[in-house]
Amino acid sequence: MKRVVASGVVGLARVLAGGNVRRIGFTPDERQRIYFANHTSHLDFVIVWSALPKRLRVLTRPVAARDYWANGVRRYLALNVFNAVLVDRVRSEATTPNPLDILLDGLGERHSLIIFPEGTRGDGTHLGAFKSGLYRLGQARPDVELVPVYIDNLNRVLPKGEFAPVPMIASVSFGAPMHVGDGEEKADFLDRARNAILELRQW
Amino acid sequence: MVMNFLHDRQTLYLFGGVLAVLVVATIVGQLLRWRIGPNDVIANLNARIRAWWIMSAVFAVSLATGGIGSVILFAILSFFALREFVTLTPTRPADHAALFWVFFVITPLQYYLVATKWYGLFAVLIPVHAFLFNPSRIVIAGDPASCLERSAKIQWGLMVCVYAVSHAPALLMLNIPGFEGKNARLLFFLVVIVQLSDVLQYVWGKLLGRHKIAPVISPSKTWEGFVGGVLTATALGGALWWATPFNPWQATGMAFAITMMGFAGGLTMSAIKRDRGVKDWGATIEGHGGVLDRIDSICFAAPIFFHMTRYFFTP
Repeated sequence: MKRVVASGVVGLARVLAGGNVRRIGFTPDERQRIYFANHTSHLDFVIVWSALPKRLRVLTRPVAARDYWANGVRRYLALNVFNAVLVDRVRSEATTPNPLDILLDGLGERHSLIIFPEGTRGDGTHLGAFKSGLYRLGQARPDVELVPVYIDNLNRVLPKGEFAPVPMIASVSFGAPMHVGDGEEKADFLDRARNAILELRQW
Repeated sequence: MVMNFLHDRQTLYLFGGVLAVLVVATIVGQLLRWRIGPNDVIANLNARIRAWWIMSAVFAVSLATGGIGSVILFAILSFFALREFVTLTPTRPADHAALFWVFFVITPLQYYLVATKWYGLFAVLIPVHAFLFNPSRIVIAGDPASCLERSAKIQWGLMVCVYAVSHAPALLMLNIPGFEGKNARLLFFLVVIVQLSDVLQYVWGKLLGRHKIAPVISPSKTWEGFVGGVLTATALGGALWWATPFNPWQATGMAFAITMMGFAGGLTMSAIKRDRGVKDWGATIEGHGGVLDRIDSICFAAPIFFHMTRYFFTP
């Protein structure tokens, strides 16, 4: 059943937004990775997930906002189909676990993650500043490759504030994997990561 | 309908002909690859031939399942062609609701009208109703910036990708005395002549092409290719008269009209692509670019062929 739903979701994503998948200095394999992408739509992780080969999808967990994905069909899809890692957008209490620990836990020994370091959805033209989570993850797990991903045109499929999607050709570009350098400052690394996505824009 | 198709000897001959051409093309393609070795032009040619096999098979299945199969096939083609068109058209967030209507209400409704043979509404749904509805919906969303331009572009995409294309399966709704139950052959005639004309113009152009027609718009189109392709495709169309309700001269005239419109369609859609700075509308079909790259000629030829047939051959 899960597999049928998963194929259905991938099929639907392709009809609505399927387009070009470009790999620029990136080869998909079973190594553990953190894919970090620009964030323009609720469909972002679905389209990145769909752009990966089937055998890698079961190993790749999107990180999604708990408030949007916690109820009804979305909850079923998030937990059972995508095996998503749900995090709170606003950290409420000091007692709730640190989001970084939730992500490290989600990564485990064999999974990969899809994250959106801007934190919130942009308007599709401007790439916002990155939050520090990507840097901390990279420091905590130097063995995991960080892969920049640029999603183009998906904001037109489902713009912020709209409910119904419109079909459009979106493209997903995967760039060359990177790591946090020895002694690299947080700001330097986040700049480097952000530029890696901006460079993919030119393809 | 399935039985009709299998018992219709002439339609089977037509498909036999296509099969023979594909087999010969495949053999030639493989021979070229074997004699000349790895080469981009030949790899592209072989990719195109492979895509032709798949497209012919899909088309055969859609015809064999009777009218409804063809209607569904062309509805899907329209949907993806429109998706490619809108992707390359600058729209604004305020167009979102109008676009939703265009894709999920107007397009299916147009093909529903084809399937139910409701000619009266089929002919006016997009040029009248959608034409008035879309700008209204866009304005209600409250963004006046270049609103005429946005409405015009959405309407144009709808006319070309949906309205024009829907005239191909609409051939099945025509009542031609003495030709009942054989309308699938008209659709076959249209598609084969359009595609032959494209291929033959390409071949003649490669063999003899010297003088470019519109070098800025489409560097590969030459007068030699155009004249050679149009003449041979028109002659082949005349030679297929036995499968149509037309006599040999009428079939030749129809084929001529189809090839001219196909040429106009290809050139116009190239100009739009060039204006948007792309070479292909998409990359859906290996070796063929997007759906719209394949059906640009049909977009322009289908309505003219439909109305010529309707005007001259139905009571």
